[in-house]
Amino acid sequence: MKKLLPFLAACLVLALSSFIVLRPAAAGYQVGDKATDFKLKNVDGKMVSLADNKTAKGYIVVFTCNTCPYAKAYEQRIIDLNTKYASQGYPVVAINPNDPAVAPGDSFADMQKRAKEKRYAFPYLQDETQQIAKAYGATRTPHLYVLTRQGNGFVVSYIGAIDDNSEDASQVKTKYLENAMADIIAGKPASLNSTKAIGCTIKWKRA
Amino acid sequence: MKQLKFLALAAALLFALPGLAQQVTVIKLPELQKRLSRQNDTTYVVNFWATWCAPCVKELPHFDQLSTTYAKQKVKVLLVSMDYASQLDKKVKPFVQKRGLKSEVVLLNEPDPNSWMDKVDSKWTGALPFTIIVNKARNMRTTFEQELTAEELNKQVQAFVK
Repeated sequence: MKKLLPFLAACLVLALSSFIVLRPAAAGYQVGDKATDFKLKNVDGKMVSLADNKTAKGYIVVFTCNTCPYAKAYEQRIIDLNTKYASQGYPVVAINPNDPAVAPGDSFADMQKRAKEKRYAFPYLQDETQQIAKAYGATRTPHLYVLTRQGNGFVVSYIGAIDDNSEDASQVKTKYLENAMADIIAGKPASLNSTKAIGCTIKWKRA
Repeated sequence: MKQLKFLALAAALLFALPGLAQQVTVIKLPELQKRLSRQNDTTYVVNFWATWCAPCVKELPHFDQLSTTYAKQKVKVLLVSMDYASQLDKKVKPFVQKRGLKSEVVLLNEPDPNSWMDKVDSKWTGALPFTIIVNKARNMRTTFEQELTAEELNKQVQAFVK
């Protein structure tokens, strides 16, 4: 064991250095990164943090919004994900990162209206400073991050798409997120832990 | 003489517009890949957009202007609509016609972005608009996952044609 330690340490250094070199310039999380907690205002006026729910095994964090056609196309599927996975310890947390000055339909009042109309059974939070979207590396809506509890915090276990057909849920062949969840719930790393999807660019504040 | 030229141009435009505007070809990934890998000294400006994407619609005129601005250089603009193929006749064609787009417009009919996006560009995370400017002969390629102003776009294209 003692002989192994230096070897492991060397491996770690090597792995880390290659990680730094290979990592693209864009900021944000990759699978395996520790996810930052946040304190964001929910549509009910209360502040929500990941740490609030002591029993959660993880979360399905969705950057989404009121206005993007892709977000709308996936809205029911996001509601269904919460129904399916909240009871298994992985509730949905929706975060709207759009600047309402750029996307007027994404104001806090509009978010409240949308959540009420569609009876969201999960928090719908406003990322007013857009710091959380930036920290996570979200670029579009919808953009999903599955977090799993590790020690005191949470680790990113999946990033990307819900499935392979945004237009028509009935035509879906591969449910990327549900496949990843099956692995995660079974205590394994997701076999496909990063997928891509088309979405609306996040409406960043104008400098 | 200048006036004559202008008149001739205006007349040509008037006659050409109705014929040019409505063409939107539906393509699959291999065709797009072929377009992106042509080994010549033409600068291809490929813009991924959608009729529902507000920042895309805002920047489209800048792209459509390029063929005029760079009429004497080898610059080719390709506007790749990411609208659903089911929206071709209802949304895309009327939009292209209404805006009088001069550039070539195609609709990429590939429902599963995860299966093809990296083959277009691994840096693209999926947000629209997305733009690739490429010139194989000069070994130049740059991408933007953001809305571009006319000035920003021109500056980029200029670097490719000088």
